This record gives sequence, C-alpha cells and structure tokens, in this order.
Amino acid sequence: MKKKKHIFSGLYIVLCFIFFYLPIVITMIFSFNASKSLTHFTGFSLRWYQELITNKEIVSAVYVSVTIAILATVISTVLGTITAIGLSKSRKFLKEYLLNVNNIPILNPEIVTAIGLMILFSSIGIAKGYMTMLLAHICFCTPYVITSVYPKVRNLDPNLANAAMDLGATPFQALRKVILPLIRPGIFAGALLAFTMSFDDFVISYFVTGNGVKNISIIVYNMTKRTNPTINALSTIVIVVIILILLVVNIVPILKKSKERKED
Amino acid sequence: MKHFKHLTKPYIVWSFILIVIPLLLIALYAFTTGGNSVKILDFTLKNFIKILDPTYISVFLKSVKLGLITTGICLLMGYPLAYFISRFKERTQDFLVLGVTIPMWINLLLRTYAWLNLLADNGIINNLLSMVGIGPITMMYTDFSVTLGMVCNFLPLMVIPIHTSLRKMDNSLIEAAYDLGANQLQTFGRIVLKLSMPGIINGIVMVFLMSISTFVIPKLLGGGQYLLIGNLIESQFISVGDWNFGSAISLLLAIIILISMRLMKKIDPQDD
Repeated sequence: MKKKKHIFSGLYIVLCFIFFYLPIVITMIFSFNASKSLTHFTGFSLRWYQELITNKEIVSAVYVSVTIAILATVISTVLGTITAIGLSKSRKFLKEYLLNVNNIPILNPEIVTAIGLMILFSSIGIAKGYMTMLLAHICFCTPYVITSVYPKVRNLDPNLANAAMDLGATPFQALRKVILPLIRPGIFAGALLAFTMSFDDFVISYFVTGNGVKNISIIVYNMTKRTNPTINALSTIVIVVIILILLVVNIVPILKKSKERKED
Repeated sequence: MKHFKHLTKPYIVWSFILIVIPLLLIALYAFTTGGNSVKILDFTLKNFIKILDPTYISVFLKSVKLGLITTGICLLMGYPLAYFISRFKERTQDFLVLGVTIPMWINLLLRTYAWLNLLADNGIINNLLSMVGIGPITMMYTDFSVTLGMVCNFLPLMVIPIHTSLRKMDNSLIEAAYDLGANQLQTFGRIVLKLSMPGIINGIVMVFLMSISTFVIPKLLGGGQYLLIGNLIESQFISVGDWNFGSAISLLLAIIILISMRLMKKIDPQDD
C-alpha cells in the first residue's frame, strides 16, 4: 500500500515537471533543426546559431541586455546594501515609511510600475533609450536587494560595529571589515536576484525604452509575430546561461548543507 | 553607529523620485484630460466613466474570470505537488524545489513563446494527435491556450509558498492526530490543511496578482484580438495614445490588487 502511494506521488511529480520543462526542452531541440519548421525535426544543424551571430540587431540586443543587467546589479546592490544598513539605525517612522515605499514595486503589477516610469520619463523630458532603461532596471531591482539584505542587517549584533570603533576603527573600516562580511550572504542573494530580474525583464523595458534601443526580450517579442527559429537559438542560449548560474549558486549550498548534516 | 543613519538618504531621494512620483503621476493622469500635457490641469472623472462602457467592463470581467480559473487550477495542481514533495527526504526536497523554481527564473516571454510550437494547428501536439486519427483541434488563440500558458508560468508561485508551510509543519502533530483516533481525511482537513493555510493564501494572492495583470501571455497565446486588462493598458499607451484612460485603468488595477491582498490577509488566521 505504502509503496503504491509512493509510485503515485512520484508519477505526479514527474508529470508536473514535464509540464514545466516540456516547452523549454522543445525550444532547445528545435533550435538545432536544419529546416525552418518548428514542428518537424529534419536534421541537426547549427544554422540558426550562425544566423544569430550575424544578425546585428540581435547582437546589439544581447549587448544591451548584458550591460544593463551588470550595471543595474552593481548599482542596485550598492544602493540597496547601504540603505539596508542605514535602515537598521533609522527612527521607526522613517524605517516604516521606507520599507513600505520599497514594497510598492514588488507588490504592484509590473505593468503599473512600467507605465508610471514611462509617464515620469516623458514628463521630465529625458529621451527614452538606454539611460531610461537602466534607471528603470535599478528602480525595480533595488527593492529586492533591500528585502534580502535588510533581515541580515537586523540580525546583526549592534555591539560588533561599536566594538570595532572602540578599538580604533573608523566607521568606514567598521563597515567594511565587520558589517559587510557578516551580511555577505544576503548581499549575494540580492545581487543574484537583481541580475536575473534585470536580464529577464520584458514588461518594464518594453515601456521605458525608445530610439531603437532593444534588449533580448523586446527582440523576441517583436520576432514572435512570424516563424523564426533564430528565436529558439537565442532562447536556448539565454536559458542555458540562467540555468547554469542557478545550478552553481543553488547546488553548492545544498551539497554543503547535506555534508554538514552528515558531520553532525 | 549614528553615522550609518545617513546611508538611507540617497534611497529616500531615489525612491521618492522613481517610486512615489510615478504613482502620483498615474493618479494625476487618471483624473485629468488633455492629452499628454500636465501643464494645464483639467480635472475630470471622464476616464473612469469610460471604463463603465460595456466593452471595457467585459474586459475586466474576463480578466477576473480567467484569473480566478487560473488560480483555481494552480491550487488544485499545486497543492498535491507541494504535498508530495514535502514527503521526501530533506535533500531530495531541496532538489525538487530547485526544479520547481528554475522555470520561474527563465524569462516568461521565452517560456510562453515555447508553447506556440506545441499548440499550433499544425503544431507538435496536433501532429501527434493526427497519428492516432484525431483531427486537428484548434488550441491556439482560445481561452484554453491562454489559461494553459498562465497555469504553466504561475504554478511555481503556488507550489513554493505551500511547500514552505508544509515543510515547517511539525510531523508529530499528524501522529498525535492518528493516535487520538482521527482518520486520514480528518487528519488532513484539520491538521495539514489548516497548518498550510498561510502558504495557500500566499500562493493564491501571487497567482491571482500575476494572472490578472499579465499582457504578454494573452498577446502571444490569445492573439492580437484577445483583450485582458493588461492588453487594454498596453494598447492605450502604445497604440491608441490615450494616456489618461490608460492611467485610469492602471489605477483601478492597482486598487483591485491592493483590496484583494487586504481581503486575503484578513482570512489568513496566522498572520500577525
């Protein structure tokens, strides 16, 4: 009886995973298709990958996506981390105000955040393009950094930084040598979140960009209107990159955890 | 330590300009007329009255209906999945949860696009069906394809919070229930379900929020004519150019979501 149940639950999990991964796997398989068909696999070829690197529009979109993701990650991680550290020392009123404001981009539908920024940029009169996209990405990434760093800062023993300063460290040294190393896991998690959020973003980028500046998602969105296996090749690369990053970041702690458990 | 207090200053300014002001601008646009100029303010409720037009009301109702259906299916599919995962060994659970999370990190647009090849009239599923002699079934550009796309994309949002609360559950409570004479159904209803309620509510809110506001999935899988709230907002800003009306719809969407979150929080017994 118990074994039968186990088989059933295992089967259910497998079916759900097929549901999750089938579209992704199909995209990947057909990116190697020799013909243009998206339904009949006629033979293996790297034709679409070749087309990918010779297509100037796609190459520049990759450049935009990657540089914006890197810049947005660095800036939002720094901004989010110093804010989180500052927050733990702020008065209650300010703390609550800022944490609530910080939650708005997380809770609000993406499309509302997007049009808010779109109206803002056109009201101020900034030309839409790379700069507006970068600002928007920092805007929606920073809240995630703050929410992953702030709990770590709050759990810190406040005496640690004080002790460092009593022993002659400047506030900056105390920050760099005592606080930052202790909250590193939170910063790291926040940065990872920021990078993938930025790299994957479509809705917000779509509304705030202009002047022909496009990231990968926007290119894909424009290309879906007609059959084009180049998208499959592009998707495959993006998916492989994201999965590799996630596997490395996630599997290492899981293995470490189970190793620790064994040692206990 | 007082020095660190000043570290919040950049973000106070930043968040005011890029988070608070945009929201105020949406509200301002929603209540004014006169194209894209903010200089002359002409307050009106016209934009909201326009929403009452039957065509727009039906878009709202359709979005809410599809949102509820998607949330329902996700709950029915996601609860067993989360429950079965939580019965495994810790380490296996970690890997299975990772397996559920990975698709969430992949671009929603790419995951949705992938369904196009599967569901098309001459797509992979129809090809397989024709081998067994079942004629092509139109799946693309229907409520079915849109719902399917939403369920596939948002199911992890239901599974993760439910699994988290199931994992936290103290297993000795279940044993205690059995010892006290409860049968399987009673134990499930009174202990397991009750203790996983916070996760269920969290999942419902997340899935509903995402499915009611998406515009990519209906556009790709529902076609150009398929209108949900998100598509309505997009068309107002991108093609029609009526920013005031678009802002009014967005404001309403934000309010609907805030209210549903409040309601859900009230139902949640363990929220503090």
